[in-house]
Amino acid sequence: MSEPALLQTEGLFSGYGGEQVLQGVDLTIDAGEIVAVIGRNGVGKSTLIRTLTGLLAPSAGTIRLFGEDVTGLPANQRALRGVGYIPQGREVFPELTVRENLMVGEVAGRTRGAPDYDMVHRFFPILKERARQRAGTLSGGQQQQLAIARAMMGHPRLMLLDEPSEGIQPSIIKDISRNVRALNAQTGVAVLLVEQNLDLIVSMAQRGYVMEKGRIVASLDQREITSRDEVRRYLTI
Amino acid sequence: MEFLLAIFSISYQFGDAFAFLVISCAGLAVIFGMMGIINLAHGEFIMCGAYVTAASARAGLPLPMAIACGALAAAIIGMALERTVIRHLYHRPLDSIIATWGISLIATQGVLILLGPTMQGIGTPLGSTLIGDRSYSIYRLVLFATSIGLLLGLYLLFYRTRFGVISRATIQRPDTARALGVDTRRVYALTFGLGAGLAGLAGGLYAPTMTMVPTMGSTFIVESFVTVVVGGADIFLGAAPAAAILAVIKAALTAWYGQLFGQIGLLVAVIIVIRVMPGGLSAFIKRWQK
Repeated sequence: MSEPALLQTEGLFSGYGGEQVLQGVDLTIDAGEIVAVIGRNGVGKSTLIRTLTGLLAPSAGTIRLFGEDVTGLPANQRALRGVGYIPQGREVFPELTVRENLMVGEVAGRTRGAPDYDMVHRFFPILKERARQRAGTLSGGQQQQLAIARAMMGHPRLMLLDEPSEGIQPSIIKDISRNVRALNAQTGVAVLLVEQNLDLIVSMAQRGYVMEKGRIVASLDQREITSRDEVRRYLTI
Repeated sequence: MEFLLAIFSISYQFGDAFAFLVISCAGLAVIFGMMGIINLAHGEFIMCGAYVTAASARAGLPLPMAIACGALAAAIIGMALERTVIRHLYHRPLDSIIATWGISLIATQGVLILLGPTMQGIGTPLGSTLIGDRSYSIYRLVLFATSIGLLLGLYLLFYRTRFGVISRATIQRPDTARALGVDTRRVYALTFGLGAGLAGLAGGLYAPTMTMVPTMGSTFIVESFVTVVVGGADIFLGAAPAAAILAVIKAALTAWYGQLFGQIGLLVAVIIVIRVMPGGLSAFIKRWQK
């Protein structure tokens, strides 16, 4: 028997206030993969991520995580099972210190091991330096590192990254991409990235889906997702 | 000597007013600051704490333990109400005011029907001491020390414990906290229970100094709301300095013009503060920090 997919959605419909943004999304992620869902603004990428985290309830379809149907499970229960969420706009806790933000991240990982501050500080040394600084006073790039580190504290098996490039300088986008890939290589965590930034997509993803008007309209293999021309073609449709 | 005695007398009045403001508003401030809920049943949680304290003390428990029972009873009732009523009103602040007001009316009338218009109280312990030609209640000095201890304890709870960090995270970004694995419903239930328990503690601490009537909560309500409104959403940056400022106003006016003017002074202070800094002291201090 083959291992069940890490994440599998079938016919997922979801949206806000009766308006369906997702119109039947089917996608699969296997262990250890970095998969990008690409598409322009407003095609439903963030709705997809929020539905996968459990913050938004789907109106139809199923979500299977780690071989278990989690469609009706609340967000905190999904996090405890190994979903690490890096929200759009970072959403660090602004009044908490860097260290306290990471403490909140520990909550999700208690069943999978002791908190590993050493690993987080190895990836993001600045967070050790700024441990006692309030997170709201960090720069955008540092907040993005903190949001990723906060998710890492929970020893996730799958990380959901919602537009990490938003509001970040191009030079830092490369760092984010390198760090996430290194994390994936070292810990085996799978990554689902929703993004429209060309540089980030081609430098991070190993496979991809193209989303349009709430549906997956194409599937991209490794050659296609790392080709700037191919990806650009889909982002400018 | 005369001068020192006057200083002591004024300090005593200040300490008494400060303790009353801090102790009576702590529960309200926690529930409002941490959850955004304006709890009009605050006074009835205080009454509950006072009644249970008086009953346990008269049943033979030593006073500190009786007070702990009062606080615990209010906390348990608070958590039960959170689960049955308050939980459904988190995103409906106006409805939560109506609901908690309803709870308040039911509680006062219910106690009136069940236990009658008054209950036998307990006397003020520790007696008094004569300094100069005036006598001072030692229990009031204990209350002042307790109010300082209470602020310190709350500070340690919210800034030095895991529960504190997680609850502050939940207040700042509930969705993100939930998606990171925090059981936000449990955090809210515990926070509301803590607020109710603090109100019960207030009732227990002041039970020995008051007449036990079902409406006794209203004695605290004006002072506690005034302190929270002047303070704003943060209990440490807001309620604590607000209590200090208001205590000065109240002690000075009461000393020179009497009780009534003390009350009037508090209300005037509130009106001025709302006019000058609508977010209360804590919003003002936070803006100034940046």
